[in-house]
Amino acid sequence: MVLLTRKAEFSSAHYYWNDAWTPLENARVFGKCANRNGHGHNYTLEVTVAGEVDPVTGFVVDLKQLKEILEHEVISVYDHRHLNLEVPEFAKRIPTTENIAIAIWQRLDGKIPNANLHRVRVYEMPDLFADYYGEQQ
Amino acid sequence: MTAAHANSPAALATPRAHLTRRYHLSASHRLHTSAFTDEQNQAAYGKCNNPHGHGHNYIAAVTFAGPVSPTTGMVCNLADLDAFAQINLLNVFDHSNLNTLDAFRDRVPTTENFTLEIARIFSQFPGAQLSHLRVEETGNNSFEYSPQADSYPEPHLAPMKG
Repeated sequence: MVLLTRKAEFSSAHYYWNDAWTPLENARVFGKCANRNGHGHNYTLEVTVAGEVDPVTGFVVDLKQLKEILEHEVISVYDHRHLNLEVPEFAKRIPTTENIAIAIWQRLDGKIPNANLHRVRVYEMPDLFADYYGEQQ
Repeated sequence: MTAAHANSPAALATPRAHLTRRYHLSASHRLHTSAFTDEQNQAAYGKCNNPHGHGHNYIAAVTFAGPVSPTTGMVCNLADLDAFAQINLLNVFDHSNLNTLDAFRDRVPTTENFTLEIARIFSQFPGAQLSHLRVEETGNNSFEYSPQADSYPEPHLAPMKG
């Protein structure tokens, strides 16, 4: 088995807010991330897939095809969008880096031919990232 | 205000994720042990044995594993983690001479030992479980440590039989 990682980037706006809480409680827990006007990041996505090397092509997956899947399933939905307001999975989930990693896993799971998702890593910035390895973790 | 912000914690699962935060700190050290003669120290540590010390820009990447809270969407609160790191890591080690600190009174401040010390510090963070630590001494040297999972009892374990 070989692991293969493809990177992609998207730039999005978001804010952190739990409607079950008072504004004061949201501000206490989420700090400046609770600003309802939102703020944004340049996110970096790293998708790692696991599979066997095809004896004919020498590929685990066709990188061009993987790029197109990431573009279609994730980047075209998230890039230059407000995650809370325009991306359906964040209507009821706070778009933290952790939840973005989980949501991207759910978008990609089962859609990559000849390989299994191994890890979704989302960098909110170079010094902060979240990893999701699927439900078994 | 639209209705799109509603969160319904009861309806949400709590999958586990890993969160990694990188902290930058600069410190000096000298690798030298009283267990060796000067010649042995020089042989073992080479230019790192320079009596005047030298320094590095270290990066400590701490990884915490845990369930993503349905109410916050987080493994742990980043502001709490940053505050903990400021007090317990950066205020102690940044712009210090590692050899002069209590943590290295009885051990050589190699980055291996520094990694173990940083792991000890972050294992005491109350907000989440430290699962992995990577310390970069330079862009070419890095050291990693994963605390034993069994030293952190899970809060949701079923009662043991007997």
